[in-house]
Parts: sequence; structure tokens; C-alpha cells
Amino acid sequence: MLAVRIRRGEGPQGFQTFAVPRRANQTVLDVVTEIQRDQDPTLSYRFACRVGMCGSCGMTVNGRPRWTCRTRVAQVAEGESLTLEPLRNLPVVKDLTVDMEPFFTKWRDAHGYFEPGETPADDFATVLPDSAERQEVDAGIECINCGVCYAACDVVSWNPDYLGPAALNRAWTLVNDVRDRGQAERLAAVSTDAGCHACHSHMSCTEHCPKGLAPTFAIAGLKRETARAALRRFRRKA
Amino acid sequence: MSPLLYLAQRGTAAILALTVAVHLATIVYAVRGGLTAGEILARTHGNAGFLAFYAVFVLAAAIHAPIGLRSVLREWTGWRGRSLDVAMIALSAVIAVLGLRAALAVYVA
Repeated sequence: MLAVRIRRGEGPQGFQTFAVPRRANQTVLDVVTEIQRDQDPTLSYRFACRVGMCGSCGMTVNGRPRWTCRTRVAQVAEGESLTLEPLRNLPVVKDLTVDMEPFFTKWRDAHGYFEPGETPADDFATVLPDSAERQEVDAGIECINCGVCYAACDVVSWNPDYLGPAALNRAWTLVNDVRDRGQAERLAAVSTDAGCHACHSHMSCTEHCPKGLAPTFAIAGLKRETARAALRRFRRKA
Repeated sequence: MSPLLYLAQRGTAAILALTVAVHLATIVYAVRGGLTAGEILARTHGNAGFLAFYAVFVLAAAIHAPIGLRSVLREWTGWRGRSLDVAMIALSAVIAVLGLRAALAVYVA
């Protein structure tokens, strides 16, 4: 049997422990689902696809943020015990469910959306797969918005305004999108005190990203690009 | 942080990496051999190279330190806004004035 401690309230007393049978190839999400179906229907958590596509089942498993649908119990159980908590750095709605609104608000604040410009392009843009820009986009485009990097980031925990790794990673993929017409505004949006320069390069996001992305390098790219843009403005004024 | 502050901090960090190393080596050299204050002043007096080196060192520190301290204070104390920026500009001025005054003092002594 597996002893599963689940955070359902605040403080050291806020845990409830459940006993769940070990099963072959059992994932952490399977464990939570079994508890909710067989033992306590009031347990709240969130999931959708169960196959690592939707990014909705992020939780803190034994102190580390993870996507639970693709995390096997055998990988992470310490002895025969699991401790499950909601993702860090986000408001808790109930039990293991967090409010993702601040996370997505910051995507918008970082201009993490495609900006087509005032008039539509006359023709299709030709983007060669091996061009430097496309390679940068490919490196960061597979983000599933799970919030694991955001929960792992110490800078977010110190500075709640910090845009965070996911939003900045998305901004970097768009900076490298040759069709986008909102670059100056985007670079300004990621250059505030809550932007890319606040990153300490701890690399927790890169360490924990379940998709193996490297937001730290995307943020470093934004630092380079915003610096170049600032120098260009400086030279024009001089 | 504005990209210009970021560039200023990175640029001065590169200068400080060199100047701090030279500064420490100079201290070790002066202390290890048991130079007296008079002997040290004899070496620094009228030495334009010495003055130029320490002027660069002081100005780099005066730019570098307040930018870093501003970020630390923002993260750890929640101090934000114009008052913080004004305080950091004042700190920069204090470092520059005191440092240049010291460098100039041993140059003319």
C-alpha cells in the first residue's frame, strides 16, 4: 500500500493521509483519481487529457512540481509514501486545484500572442525550417502551459509581479517569428522590472519543465535582444 | 529593469572583474612587503596611471553597485518606485564622490 499525504488545508496539520494500493505502471494522477473515486469524492484536482498534452494536472509531488499524468509512482515515491500539494506561486482554489489566472494574465502582459499588424500580409511568409529564427522558435514552441516552471521559479516567489518563465519563453518564440508586427511593444513589455532582466538564471524552470524546454535560455535571448534594441535606440538618438 | 541599466551593470561588471583583481593584488603587494604609509604615498604621489586606474574603478563601482542593490531591495523589501530610484542615484553619487576624493587625495599627497 502507498501512504498518500494530500494537502487540503494550511500549516502542518493541513494534510490528510490516504492508503492506496500499488498497481503496475500507476501514475500519480491515477493515485489521485483512485482516492477521489473510491475514498473521498470531495477531493478537488484538475486533469483533462491524461497523456501529457493539456497541461492541467500539474501538482507538487514530494516537494517538486510535476505533470502528474506522466509521472509514475515508481519514479517518485519515497519508500511507500507520496506527498501531494498544489502548485506553488499560484492561489489555491481547493485542495490540489490552483487558480491559473495570474499565470495566463502574465502571458498577455508579456505580449505572448501573435500580432499580425494593421494590414494583412500580401503573401505567405517563407520560413525556412533551418533558419536561425525558426530553430529558436522550435526550441520553445512545445510549451503546454502546465505552470510547472512557474511553480518552480524562486524569482516568482520573491517578486509576484515577475512575468515568469512560461510567459517569457512564449514571448521569445514570438520575437523570433518573422511574421509578427508587434516586436517593439513586446520587447518593451518584457523589459520592465517584472520582465526578463529579473531572472536570476537559477534554471529551476529548465530543470523541472516536463517537456524538456529551456526557458532560461529563452530569457537569456530576450536579455540579448532587448539590449540590442536599446543600443539601436541609443545610437539613433546620439 | 531597463535594458540600459542591464547593459550598464554587465559592462561595469567586466571592468570590475579586472580592477578588483588588480586592487587586491596591490593591497597584498603593499602589505606583504611591509611598506609604510610614507612609502605607499611616495609611489602614488603624482602617478597619473594610478589616478586613472582608480578613477575607472570608482566610477565602475558607483554605477554597478546601486543597480544591483536596487534589484536586491526590490526583491527583499518591497521598496519600489521613484523614492528607490532617487536613493540609488544618491548612493551612486556618494560612492563616486568618496572614491574619487580618496584616489585624488593619495595622488596629490
